[in-house]
Parts: sequence; C-alpha cells; structure tokens
Amino acid sequence: MTGRRLVAAGMAGPVAVVLLAAPWLFDGYLLYTTARVLGIGLLAVSVAVLTGTAGLPTLGQVAPYAVGAYATGLLARAGLTLGPAQLLLAGLAAAGFSVLVGLAVVRTRGVVFLMVTLAVGELAAEAAEQWQGVTGGTDGLTGIPAAVAWPGGPALVGDRELYWYALAVSAVAVGAVALVLRSPAGALVRGCRDNEARMRASGHRVTGYLLATYTGAGAVAGIGGALLVTTQRYVSPADVGFQLAALVLLAVIIGGAGSIWGALAAAGLVVAVRDWAAAGVPGHGPLLLGLLFMVAVFLLPRGVAGALPELVRWLPAPVRGGPARAGDGRAGAVAVGAGREVS
Amino acid sequence: MACELLSVTGLTCRFGRLVALDGVDLALPEGERRAVIGPNGAGKTTLVNALTGAVRPVRGRVRLAGRDVTTAGPARRARAGVARTFQTPALADSLTALDNVLLGLRRGSGSPGRRERVLRALRGLDELGIGGLAGVPAGQLGHGQRRLLEIAVALVARPRLLLLDEPAAGLTDADLPQLLAVLGRLPEPVTVLLVEHHLDVVTAVADTVTVLHQGRVLATDKPTMIATHPAVAEVYLGKPERPC
Amino acid sequence: MDSYLIPVVNGVAYGLLLFVVAAGLTLAFGAGGVLNLAHGSFYALGAYAAAVLTDGSWAGLALAIATGAVAGAAAGGLLSVGLAPLARRGHLPQALLTFGVALVLGALLVLAFGPDDLRPAIPSILDQSVSVAGRAFPGYRLAVIGVAAALAAAGWLVLTRTRTGARIRAMAADPQMLACCGSNPRLVLAGVLAAGGGLAGFAGAVGAPILGAGPRTGDLVLLLSLIVVVLGGLGSVPGAFLAAIAVGQVRSVGVVLVPELAPYLLFAAMALALLVRYRPVRVPAGGSPPAAGGAP
Repeated sequence: MTGRRLVAAGMAGPVAVVLLAAPWLFDGYLLYTTARVLGIGLLAVSVAVLTGTAGLPTLGQVAPYAVGAYATGLLARAGLTLGPAQLLLAGLAAAGFSVLVGLAVVRTRGVVFLMVTLAVGELAAEAAEQWQGVTGGTDGLTGIPAAVAWPGGPALVGDRELYWYALAVSAVAVGAVALVLRSPAGALVRGCRDNEARMRASGHRVTGYLLATYTGAGAVAGIGGALLVTTQRYVSPADVGFQLAALVLLAVIIGGAGSIWGALAAAGLVVAVRDWAAAGVPGHGPLLLGLLFMVAVFLLPRGVAGALPELVRWLPAPVRGGPARAGDGRAGAVAVGAGREVS
Repeated sequence: MACELLSVTGLTCRFGRLVALDGVDLALPEGERRAVIGPNGAGKTTLVNALTGAVRPVRGRVRLAGRDVTTAGPARRARAGVARTFQTPALADSLTALDNVLLGLRRGSGSPGRRERVLRALRGLDELGIGGLAGVPAGQLGHGQRRLLEIAVALVARPRLLLLDEPAAGLTDADLPQLLAVLGRLPEPVTVLLVEHHLDVVTAVADTVTVLHQGRVLATDKPTMIATHPAVAEVYLGKPERPC
Repeated sequence: MDSYLIPVVNGVAYGLLLFVVAAGLTLAFGAGGVLNLAHGSFYALGAYAAAVLTDGSWAGLALAIATGAVAGAAAGGLLSVGLAPLARRGHLPQALLTFGVALVLGALLVLAFGPDDLRPAIPSILDQSVSVAGRAFPGYRLAVIGVAAALAAAGWLVLTRTRTGARIRAMAADPQMLACCGSNPRLVLAGVLAAGGGLAGFAGAVGAPILGAGPRTGDLVLLLSLIVVVLGGLGSVPGAFLAAIAVGQVRSVGVVLVPELAPYLLFAAMALALLVRYRPVRVPAGGSPPAAGGAP
C-alpha cells in the first residue's frame, strides 16, 4: 500500500470499525446521539469537499443543511414518511437552493468566499427564525411523524433502527462522494483549486465546475439535514445556527480539509468534546469551541490527515510503499495553512 | 486572408494610465514560428495575455483563423485552438504529471475512452522526454521539468496556435539543450508565438522576429536582419556615440 | 408618507452606525489584508460597556463610550499581535484565527454578563422625542445621526487630507502595495485594526440603546458589516458609506414594509453585487491570480 492509502486506511479503519460495532458497544442514548451526529457528519463531509477539494473555504453549508432538514420535517408532516423519498427530495431541495445561491457566490474565491458564505449561513438561520409560517419560527417544527425505511415497513422509532438507518444512509452518501472525488471529475475540481489560470488556459469552464461542486456539496448537506430530522423528529433554528457552522469548520480543519474520513472522525470528536464540556462545565461550550479553533489554526496547518503523511515518512520503506498516487484528493495542499491563496 | 491564422490589428491595452500596448499589428500565417522580443516593460507578456483572452484590450481586434475572438475569454479561446504556457509554469501541483496532461486534454470522462486518453497523454510526455515522470506530483518536479510538463500540457490539446511566454526563463545551462530540442521538434502545423529574452532560443526557433518597444512594434524581420537593425540596437543598447 | 418618516430616520441612524463599523472592517481588509471576523465582537465590547456603565447621567454615557472605544482599540491591537505569526501562511488562516477570537470573545462576554439582552440607561433628555419642523422624532436617534456623521466627516478628513490617510487609501485600493511603500506591514495592520476596533467599540456604545447588548449583537453586527463591505466593494470607504445607508434603510423601513422578506432583500442585494462585480478572474502575467480572492 502506498503512503497515502495507508493514511486513508488509518483514518477510515477505526472510524468504520467503531461505527459498525456501535449497536453492541454503545448504550441506547449514546447510540441515538451517534445517529444524530451522523447527520452532522454529512454536513462536515460537505464542508470538507468544498474547503479541501475545491479550495473554497465555507461557513455557509448550514444553509442547504437547514433546507434539507426543514424540507424533511415539512414533508413528513404532510404525510410523506418514506425515508428514501424524504432523502431524495431533501437532497434535491438543498441542491436547488445551492444552485441559485451558487450562481452569485461561486464567483468569489478564498477569503471573500468565506465571508460571503458566512453571510449566507447567517441569513439562512435568520430566515429560519423569521419565516414563522413555514418553519415555525424560534419554536421550530414539532409533531414530525416517524419515517419508515421502506414502504409498509416499521416506523423508525427505536435507537437501533434509527442508528442502522442513519449509518446506511451515511455510508451510501459518503461512498458516493468518495467515488466522485476519485473519478476524473475529482481531478478537474482539484485542478481548479491548484491552478485556476491553467485550467482556463486549457479550455475548462472553471466557474461551471465549481458551481457543480457547490451544488453537489449542498445536496450532501441537505441529506445530512434530512437525517438529523429523521432521528430527532424535531428541528429548530438552534439546530442550524452559527455555532454549528463554526463547529463543522473546526472539525474539517482538525480532520484535514479534503479528507472526508478526517472530517467525519473529527466531527464526531468535536461534538463529543462539546457535549462533554457542556455537561462538565455548563455554559462554556462556545468558549471551548473558540479556543479549540484558535489552537487548531495555529498548530494544525494541514489538519491531522495532513500531518499523518509526515509521520508516515518515518516508517520503514517497504511499509511506506512507492510514490504517492494522484487522484485521491488528500494532499491538502490548499488546506488551512499551506499559505497559498486560491483565487 | 485564408492562410493567416492570427491577425491582430490596432491592439491597445491599458492598465489605469499605463499604456502597455499601443496599436499593435501582427499577422501570423499558419505554421509560422514568430519570436517577440523587446526590453523589459515592452509589453510582451501583455501581448500574450491579450492574445489568450486573459486581458481585455480597450481597442483593436484579434482574429483567429478569420474568427473574431477579441471579446472571448481564455477558456473559449483555448477551445478554439489557442494554447499557452506561463512565465512561471502553471500546473496543478497536487496532481501527477500524467493527470496534468490529462487535464490538458480537456474532456471529462467522455469520448474518446479513458484508456486512449491516458495513452495519448503518456505519448505526449514521452515526446518531451519526461515520460518517466508520469506518476510524480507536479509540485515535486524541478523547474526545468515543470517547464517541459507545461509544454506537454499545452501540446496535448493539439492547438493551432501555441503561445510560449519566456520558456527559457529560470532554466539552467544544463536544462537548456532539452528545451531547444523540444522547441525544434514542435509539430509542423502548429503556429508558434514565442516571447523570449534568450537569443539562442530565438535564433533556434524563429523564422521571423518582432521587436516590441514601449508597447509598439518597432521592427519585424528575419532574426539575422533584426540583429543588425539600427533602431533595435538603439533600443537595447542606447544611442551610438556621434563622431566629433 | 408621514408614518414612514420615523423608520427612515431610524434607518439613517442605523446606517451611519453601520458605516462607522464597516469602515474599519473594509480598511482592515484593504490596507491590512485581513478579514477580521472578530469585528462584530469589538462592537459588542462597546455595547456591553454601555449597558454596564451607563446610569442615566451624561458622565456615565461619556465613560461608557470612552471605555468602549478604548476596549475596542485594545482588542484590535492585541489581535494584530496574535495574527503576526500567521502572516506567512496567508489570508485564510488569519481570517480563521479572527473567527476563533470572535467565538472566544462572544463566549467571554456571555459568561461575564449573562445570556440576556441588556439595555443601557441613557440620559433622560435624549430619551424623549424631539420636535423638528413640526414633527416628532426620536431624540436619541437624531443624536446618533449627529455623532456618527461628525465621526464620519472627521474620518473622511483624515483619510483624504493627511499623509497617513493617503497611504492607507493607496494600500486599500491596491492590495499588492502592501509589500512596498516603505511601511512596516505589521505596524499598518496594528494601526488599522486598533483604529477599526476603536471605531467599532465606539459605535457599540453609542448604538447600544438602538441595537442592545446581548449574545447575538456581535453576530448581527458582523453579518451586516460583511454585507455592507461586499455591497460597497472591498477596501472602499465611500462604497461602504452608501452601502451602509442602504442596509440601514432595509433593516428599518424594509422590516416595517415587508417583515418576512427583510433577510432575503439583503441577500438579494449581496448576490446582485457579486454578480455585477465578480467576473471570471482575469489573470495577470505569470499565472498567479490576485490574492484577495476574485477580481472586483
């Protein structure tokens, strides 16, 4: 195995093992929480794809996430309780939202993109609060009926059922993302990130590619939102607010922008730390989040997934394998600290 | 004119108050090898940028094979058959040399098949003598290798017009022969416009030389004639001493 | 018609306040090269200073405003120190650090002052309606307009009539000038962040009776400032002025006219600005695109 593959396996392995063994390892509440966190994990994957693979750092993916979440809630209340249908429609709604927003937003790069997406995320949160008629305002959507995994199937109410459903959906979504990133399409997007001028000079329609990536990432975030609502059967502006955007970006920084496994693992870690901190030192959650953010920015220029290849160098050669193969998107070359700005 | 590939008339480019190009006329018949030389600040890179669509002129026209492309951006012109290299090689550093060349082929996952595209890309690398570097990430290549890789990326798209922006810049004496060999072997039908300081490269590659000075065309002639052109000498070396 | 006059006036006050804040943000970006996401928290420092230090007396108000300005300036200066080690790594890590600082500052303020919204106590004279041309206007808002306008005018004089101001404007107009000009970039950044922070803190204290002081204040002001900066053009102070006035009107008159559409109006305005201003990047020689992101 090559060095990069080792790193990927190193990250994906433990995550996968833990997730598969969870129903036997975790108690009911922890299982339920993990099911909820998987939805946030998909949001983190969406941010990782934009920030790392496309080189567009974002604080605004909570917007399509919210669209997917509220769409699912509304569909369920209107009688559509078939899980996969909810996911599909939520994903489509989020993608549609992203395409419209993206037309304006995808023209910017780097820090300006960050700024604009921050505004998008905040405005979405504000809209969730203001649009009383549709979103229920600050009270949120309640009375959301349970989903069913297949037509005529049992209602997903138990911790185990919800967990398996969430795990299955996440696995499919993450698998699809991984496949796309490995494909020639992934190389196109990474090319745009690395050298936009070269891509244009070779005839590529860069803005179109980035818009497609933005839309796809929006769909993934929307499916994450749908999962959230299916598990907790409730959604309010607090679920899709600013703190979540910050938390997820932090997870991506820690996990290494562009590494979807890193993003997933880090998302779980950050949520765990936040909840543990909230229990241990109530009210200090946001403070801890901010401090972690500052520390991460200073210490982890490429995130853990970026730092691991450095560690791999110390391994003996046969274990390390040959030169790194391209196309796996984990170079993190434009991750948080490479210092090279993308425009 | 039927066999004129590139026709530039009255090209004027301004950046604020600075006039980088002032009414430049240029006509390249198909297959010609033209070098553009001139002191620093003469407008050579602006010319390349204007020809590729990276910079919009305030006046003038650019025609490619009879088609007016003056308002077309870089991507559209590339699809019309223009390829370029940059002063500092522009490559996707996290991708391998092979992937970089594949990006130059421009197609997504469409036709022709992936296998044929990979073979064509590998052949492109071989023709430039860097076939062995196919699996190396571009960011890890030396400067001379990056230079050659960028030319491979430009050529794989089978362009009609190839614009080279100072290909010899930054090359060591050891790398130079390989570049000269590559430039001497460029496919026949490709029209080449080469911006360069290095006179060895100019004399080896160019049929005709255009001298730019302060955004204007000073002279256009064969390389040997340019060397003895009085106005050119004045521009490069200053006015000759008047005998008393 | 009459019934809209008060929202319009409120909107002007709101807009001028936003301008004072956004001017610091846009200059920090243009001349300092830093997207300061902690700017909203600097405003919040001033707002909380007003909530805590005012007691209905003029002295209290003056103290609050002074404290807010000083706290903001100090925070700005400290931030520039924290940003220094990241200067090599580029704009994004710096912006992310300011984001972390914003989170920390916001959390500290809530820990210190509680999660509720606080209201300052202003001198009773200002709290009344003032009669102008036979119509009644909220007194405090008129005062805010006066103060903010004076501050804006003073700032404008500094920017256009002094050498430092000219230098800052030149740097803001052309980010690539940062490296030359003979100025120490760290000093410029410290100066711009401190001045901007001071302005934000000042505006926070002055604006506290209007915008309040609570956990969401900093976020709201940051959001609006960012929109103002995008609308007005990065690094452009005159642009920020016009945009701030416009946003102020949307937030006051717009909320009255079409309450449910107000967030979308702002987003639509921002999207329009992006569509108009950001064309596909044109590449300068050498293939390296401009550092700030997008070609305005």
